[in-house]
Amino acid sequence: MADQVRLFGTWCSPFSTRVIWALKLKGIPYDYIEEDLPYKKSAQLLKYNPVHKKIPVLVHGEKPICESMVIVEYIEETWLQNPLLPSDPYGRAMARFWVKFAEDTAPAIWMVFRTTGEEQEKAKKEVLEMLKTIEEHAGLDKKRFFGGDNIGIVDIAFGQIARWFGVIEEVVGMELLEPHAFPLVHAWTNNFKDVPAIRGNLPDHDRMVAFFKPFRESLLASS
Amino acid sequence: MADEVILLDGYVSSFGMRVRVALAEKGIRYEYREEDLRNKSQLLLKMNPIHKKIPVLIHNGKPVCESLIIVQYIDEVWKDKAPLLPSDPYQRAQARFWADFIDKKLYDASRKIWTTKGEEQEAAKKEFIEVLKVLEGELGDKPYFMGERFGFLDIALITFYSWFHAFETLGNFSIEAECPKLISWAKRCLQKESVSKSLADQKKVYEFVVEMKKSLGV
Repeated sequence: MADQVRLFGTWCSPFSTRVIWALKLKGIPYDYIEEDLPYKKSAQLLKYNPVHKKIPVLVHGEKPICESMVIVEYIEETWLQNPLLPSDPYGRAMARFWVKFAEDTAPAIWMVFRTTGEEQEKAKKEVLEMLKTIEEHAGLDKKRFFGGDNIGIVDIAFGQIARWFGVIEEVVGMELLEPHAFPLVHAWTNNFKDVPAIRGNLPDHDRMVAFFKPFRESLLASS
Repeated sequence: MADEVILLDGYVSSFGMRVRVALAEKGIRYEYREEDLRNKSQLLLKMNPIHKKIPVLIHNGKPVCESLIIVQYIDEVWKDKAPLLPSDPYQRAQARFWADFIDKKLYDASRKIWTTKGEEQEAAKKEFIEVLKVLEGELGDKPYFMGERFGFLDIALITFYSWFHAFETLGNFSIEAECPKLISWAKRCLQKESVSKSLADQKKVYEFVVEMKKSLGV
């Protein structure tokens, strides 16, 4: 019998959702445990991720794996159906490059979310630069997804653009992903959301706005 | 057909050194090109247009960027010798997790040691040692991070060792006093030719840092 797969996450986290997408794309059954962040962290979460104390954590049997994209690569290497990475080393290196780029630029949108004034302007600039880099360098004019005809690891890495960006834009009252400024990225978000495993596992936009709006207010009030 | 391998690099870069160690481990012949980061070559700008940084490995004309991605690429292409990553997916995930930890925490903490003074510097030293202690804990009593064999995670960390002398001198502290086990591990790694030949001379690194401080005005 296969070892049990458990995922610790939160419903509105783009990071734990990345893991859900990978599991769903490969058809891997799993148990999901919702963590009550940022307020309380369960004893199990602290046991399985003592270094960062964060979600997501995937526990396979009793083995914990932390950091969303490390988890996605683990899933890729453990369950070989519906590969998310190309098989040739150069294609894999290219995919990993874009995954790292997605990781390095991911915090900027959250800085737009949690700040105001000059700090927010600086974060906004970083977000726009990131979108420009993808628009100009990712080759999306020639393919539906970052990896080609099929959804892959890079699409998963950039997934927050397809839903969380819209939520944050509404909460802070700023448009960042303007379709005419970034037509290729915009088209990609639609291709991405069209994939059944993604479409069925996207947290609801309005529900997230209702959660993140007061959350932002409380963050700004306490700073 | 012989492989053409070119490495665009900077002598004192811990990131570049990672690639040098990996290439040496695998016995790969390559052309080393030193980049002047104040005057970047056309080739570098063409091969890494997004970040314009070293290291860049150019394999038969095709560029690979980002040090740990290059190390994984090298491991996958030249897979018949000296495997750098373990074959078990869980062990690989652990190696990637800790390499990510090193990249997220160590570089920034260490940079603040030589770019700040007074209280800020004290805080930076404390943070730096804390990160090293976590890594020391992960090493435990094993000879290398993943067990009996030198590999990916050792490569990710050992290259920072050539900067320790500079940090200790400019920060006025002893890393060995705080993390003796980690220093033993480092000395063990240095016994390997692939490491000792690839790491920058610590005095040259110190001179470089002193120059950088002057030009940054810190």
